[in-house]
Amino acid sequence: MLSWLERQIPKIILAPTFAAVTVFVYGFIAWTAWISLTKSRLLPNYDFAGLIQYRRLFDNPRWDMAMGNLMVFGLLFILLSMVLGLWLAILLDQQIRAEGLIRTIYLYPMALSMIVTGTAWKWMLNPGLGLESLVQRWGFDGFRFDWLVDPDRAIYAIVIAAVWQASGFVMALFLAGLRSVDGEIIKAAQVDGIPDWRIYASIILPSMAPVFMSAFIVLAHLAIKSFDLVVAMTGGGPGYATDLPATYMYAMAFSRGDLGQAASSAMVMMMVIFAIVVPYLYSELRAKHD
Amino acid sequence: MRYCAIRAVMAAAVLAPCAAGAEPQAEVLHWWTSGGEAKAVAVLQQEFAARGGSWTDMPVAGGGGDAAMTALRARVLSGNPPTAVQLKGPAIQEWYEEGVLADISDVAAAQNWEQVLPQAISAHMKCGGTWCAAPVNVHRVDWMWANAEVLAQNGIGMPASWEEFNAAAEKLIAAGITPLAHGGQAWQDATVFETVVLGIGGTEFYRKALIDLDEEALGSDTMTAVFDQMRILRGFVDDNFPGRDWNLATAMVMNGEAAFQIMGDWAKGEFLAAGKVPGEDFLCASTPGDGFLYNVDSFAMFDVGAGDAREGQEILAELIVGPSFQETFNLAKGSIPVRSDVSLDGFDSCAQLSARDMNAASDDAGLLPSFAHGMALRGAQAGAISDVVTAHFNSDMSSEEAVEQLGRAIANSM
Repeated sequence: MLSWLERQIPKIILAPTFAAVTVFVYGFIAWTAWISLTKSRLLPNYDFAGLIQYRRLFDNPRWDMAMGNLMVFGLLFILLSMVLGLWLAILLDQQIRAEGLIRTIYLYPMALSMIVTGTAWKWMLNPGLGLESLVQRWGFDGFRFDWLVDPDRAIYAIVIAAVWQASGFVMALFLAGLRSVDGEIIKAAQVDGIPDWRIYASIILPSMAPVFMSAFIVLAHLAIKSFDLVVAMTGGGPGYATDLPATYMYAMAFSRGDLGQAASSAMVMMMVIFAIVVPYLYSELRAKHD
Repeated sequence: MRYCAIRAVMAAAVLAPCAAGAEPQAEVLHWWTSGGEAKAVAVLQQEFAARGGSWTDMPVAGGGGDAAMTALRARVLSGNPPTAVQLKGPAIQEWYEEGVLADISDVAAAQNWEQVLPQAISAHMKCGGTWCAAPVNVHRVDWMWANAEVLAQNGIGMPASWEEFNAAAEKLIAAGITPLAHGGQAWQDATVFETVVLGIGGTEFYRKALIDLDEEALGSDTMTAVFDQMRILRGFVDDNFPGRDWNLATAMVMNGEAAFQIMGDWAKGEFLAAGKVPGEDFLCASTPGDGFLYNVDSFAMFDVGAGDAREGQEILAELIVGPSFQETFNLAKGSIPVRSDVSLDGFDSCAQLSARDMNAASDDAGLLPSFAHGMALRGAQAGAISDVVTAHFNSDMSSEEAVEQLGRAIANSM
């Protein structure tokens, strides 16, 4: 009896969490999926209406803009954060003095909320208040940096702020990865007279593949659920030039009383995340079975 | 209420009766939390307390009412709605269709609302023939504010047509002054758009296009001309306008950086708060064209059954439309009373002009609901239009393409 209990105790302890996750995560995903198949407006309505909300969604130029922005923002954000994070990590890995201090300084932006980051960068990038007016007052009258108010470039201004926020975190991930590489191999390579850049390119980085994967997954889901940064920096503007799927969903659900439309956009966002996460999980699980 | 229940449980042993059951109750959900607005709500609370009622304040700030609507949705779904909720325009009808609003026709009949309220406005307050909401104030949206000194220096008067406005703006650009102070937020773009629709198309066209969503009107040459004018106006704002808040735009007019602003009469509050005098420091006039675009705040009454809450609801409805609250509230908020029989002696000249225009417009069907402020259309349709307007204003989209997108967006939002 006691040994039976002993064996069951992990299951018993996990049961409440399991039940909560089933209801509040998967239950509500199912609920949202159902709402996205109805004509719900202000309040939920459960009459099946087919794929009308998805047709409306894909017919809406604002949604196209939001998805296009997500592509641009996501790709640039992930790429730049990884490149910058890796570069910083490699520099920090050179056995320098005060490494702990510098690491903390670079990691600090992650401690700020996106709203604070967004507001600060909004002021810095505002042509009338920030960088542009500062440099012009220094005497460079021709200097222009008005990305934030240019509908075609505003999304890049948001990328700048997001990369500033996340690259320190990526640096920490990579630094941990660099340190985990077996020192013996590196020493052996150094004894053989292989140059440093070659050690990084051919030995250290390839053995860090799982870290790259983790960094990618973390950054990708940050990009897809980005909301507060856009709200704080541009409010989706100029026009709706910096709308992202998350801000689109918020506008539909809470400002316009169009729950069905919001639910369908949420489902599409989820599918985008699945498209990234499922192959990752698949490769992880398969690797374990081998 | 909950407090009372706890007391009742605690006192059950000694069989003490719960005294709170005797007073009328009102729980009021609103988002008037900033300076002047909060003061204005406090006036209502005092009047309600003077009538022996117990007021439970439920202010939900943020998001221009979005946060409050989320709170309301949760309360209604749980079967426990507040007594009165700050709602306006078609949103009242949307909630009525969910079957959760109360009938306050008794109060309306006793207080003679039918006679004292303009017909166009009382139509918003009725749900299927019975009264279900009480109007608080009338904001006029189609105002043009101007810096008196800048206009005098450049020899410009308040424009009576959009051509005059364009000519005046060219003059101002030559003099190095931004003609139009504007904030690039979707609702501000939409505010300017609706005044242009009214000015170029006239009241009949406005009604067809932005209230009835008549396809022919939306796709007409007049609409193309409206977008042409929007493109011209885009040339009259400064480069740094995206994302600017409306009150910062008002400050530009105040400081003489810019000459005009098109904004509802809440902008007047900014001028007055800065100690500016209407007619001397700043000028107010309706935007070019006829008609009067209103934005009416109101309280929708939710079905709270019979008893104390119902009693409180009736008192509240009576007070909101009552002359004394109408006067004090609107003096604090910068709008005008919704009833036609309140004395306007204490109000400034812009408010008096607004009231005169409202009565005149009410007689010839020119009293129209503002689309940009959620009075004319439901959220989905209004949002679809303002998406197109803001996309056009903030890009180099042609007027023809904007008109085409407008038609598609409306069809898509149905």
